[in-house]
Amino acid sequence: MEINKDLIAASSTPIVLAILAEEDSYGYAILQRVRELSGGRMEWTDGMLYPVLHRLERLGHIEARWEVAESGRRRKYYRITSRGRVQLAEERRQWQAVDATIRGIWQMLSLPVPASHAASAAPVHQGA
Amino acid sequence: MTAAGHDVSLEAQIDQWRRYLSRRQAIHSVDVAELEDHLREQVAVLVDAGLATDEAFLVAVKRMGDLDDLSREFAREHSDRLWKQLVVAPTDSGDARARSRTDAIVAFCFAVAAAVAIKLPSLFGMQLDTDAGFYAHNLSLFVLPLLTGYFVWKRRLDTGTLRWLALAFVVAAVFANVYPFAPEGSTEVLTVLHLPIALWLVVGVAYAGGRWSQVGGRMDFIRFSGELFIYYVLIALGGGVLTGFMAILFQSIGIDIEPFFQSWLLPCGAAGAVVVASWLVESKQSMIENMAPVLTRLFTPFFAVMLVTFLGALLWTGRGIDIERDMLLAFDLLLVVVLGLLLYSVSARDRGSPPGAFDVMQVVLVISALLADAVALGAIAARITEFGFSPNRVAVLGVNLILLVNLAWSTVLYLRFLTGRGSFTRLERWQTNYLPIYAAWAAIVVIVFPPLFGYI
Repeated sequence: MEINKDLIAASSTPIVLAILAEEDSYGYAILQRVRELSGGRMEWTDGMLYPVLHRLERLGHIEARWEVAESGRRRKYYRITSRGRVQLAEERRQWQAVDATIRGIWQMLSLPVPASHAASAAPVHQGA
Repeated sequence: MTAAGHDVSLEAQIDQWRRYLSRRQAIHSVDVAELEDHLREQVAVLVDAGLATDEAFLVAVKRMGDLDDLSREFAREHSDRLWKQLVVAPTDSGDARARSRTDAIVAFCFAVAAAVAIKLPSLFGMQLDTDAGFYAHNLSLFVLPLLTGYFVWKRRLDTGTLRWLALAFVVAAVFANVYPFAPEGSTEVLTVLHLPIALWLVVGVAYAGGRWSQVGGRMDFIRFSGELFIYYVLIALGGGVLTGFMAILFQSIGIDIEPFFQSWLLPCGAAGAVVVASWLVESKQSMIENMAPVLTRLFTPFFAVMLVTFLGALLWTGRGIDIERDMLLAFDLLLVVVLGLLLYSVSARDRGSPPGAFDVMQVVLVISALLADAVALGAIAARITEFGFSPNRVAVLGVNLILLVNLAWSTVLYLRFLTGRGSFTRLERWQTNYLPIYAAWAAIVVIVFPPLFGYI
């Protein structure tokens, strides 16, 4: 399933913040985690993650530091800040409101939802 | 053997990819390093999954995304990296040329207006030499409103902002002229010195346009101020050479140009040059860009060595600082210079790059300046308890404390950055948020000090 660009862009902030709230991480691992959590349905173009990370860093939601990884390469790790946690809580409230509204609309329309999509969407809702 | 061959070709390919990426102006070398780490990890995972290295490389590059899109995203996020061009999207070159010509004409008009403004009072019988007090009070009010006007035009500010800017200048004009200063009193001198500082913030608001509330907007203003200073000094040097020749040539035919020079050339030139220099900074950014940071890099080590040596000598000889009347002022200026060095290296620094030797040098400089200033402060405190408060002492002490607080917290933030416990953005935000404090203090000195100390 293709998710459109605007949705991906809008959801990138809460997703990245939530992943960093679990533990400090770096670009590649964050993308892996996004794939894992979304069951492969959220396909980000790899490079696009980095401008997002830099924006969050500029806003003070996350902080970066360089470390030497086991491979011997220098790697940039990101850590969520207390501001970032506040922002994450705020994002969560907003997304829950959107989510609740849209659910209500689906029920009202009572359109038949393709079964496979409804089933595979369930874990995401629990996770979010 | 084949594995080694593959490694070599992979390195060559990554090398080529890196060079290709580095050519993008919006993507800096630290970002390239970050993306390269990503690419290598992706390749390693794919090779583990059974792909050949060159296949893995191709897949990894493909997953990274289209480089044009990527560099556009980077440009959008790091718009400061493109401040030389100021526009992300390439504009039609003919249009751009027409626009830059209009800009030049408008700037020239504002410069002429500033030159005329400074001579306007002579219509009412005010002369530079006889009414020096009047000119000293209002000097910044002749030039800065026109400079602000230029930026209001250039940034297309709305009338709401315009009204606030105008109000600020009117208030400044009132306070500069309404107080009954004692002749040659120190509060008068303080007003003359502090009014331009307070008004410079007004210029900053106009310069930043709608971006004053953003760190980036204020940082650009700091950059602008430094580059403007350098341009202004260069223009002044050029002007000095010109008038020197003028004086010699006209003297040879028996004409003394000094009266013309003093009452026309110098005031009008000095006023107009402020606007011209601002226009130059704006339009020729790529030509002189990073002049301030280059000078900073050059002089930071010298200042650091000088200060460390001074502290060493202080300890070694065991002499106290001999605090004369102007001594603390000298230390204030020292802090200003150190702060300037700090600000310009902050403004030019790539936010993402890891700490290096220069950062250590910077911290040494700031800490040694703080120590030297602490010694001087101790001495002035003793003097104040002995002789009591005077407007000069309070003003000098206030500036010192403001600078001290700024530098002290900057040191903390810098050390956190060096030890990897904080980001450089913090330091940047601290510096840009601090800007209004200088203006507020200057405004207090202008507005509160004269009545407080009885206009002496």
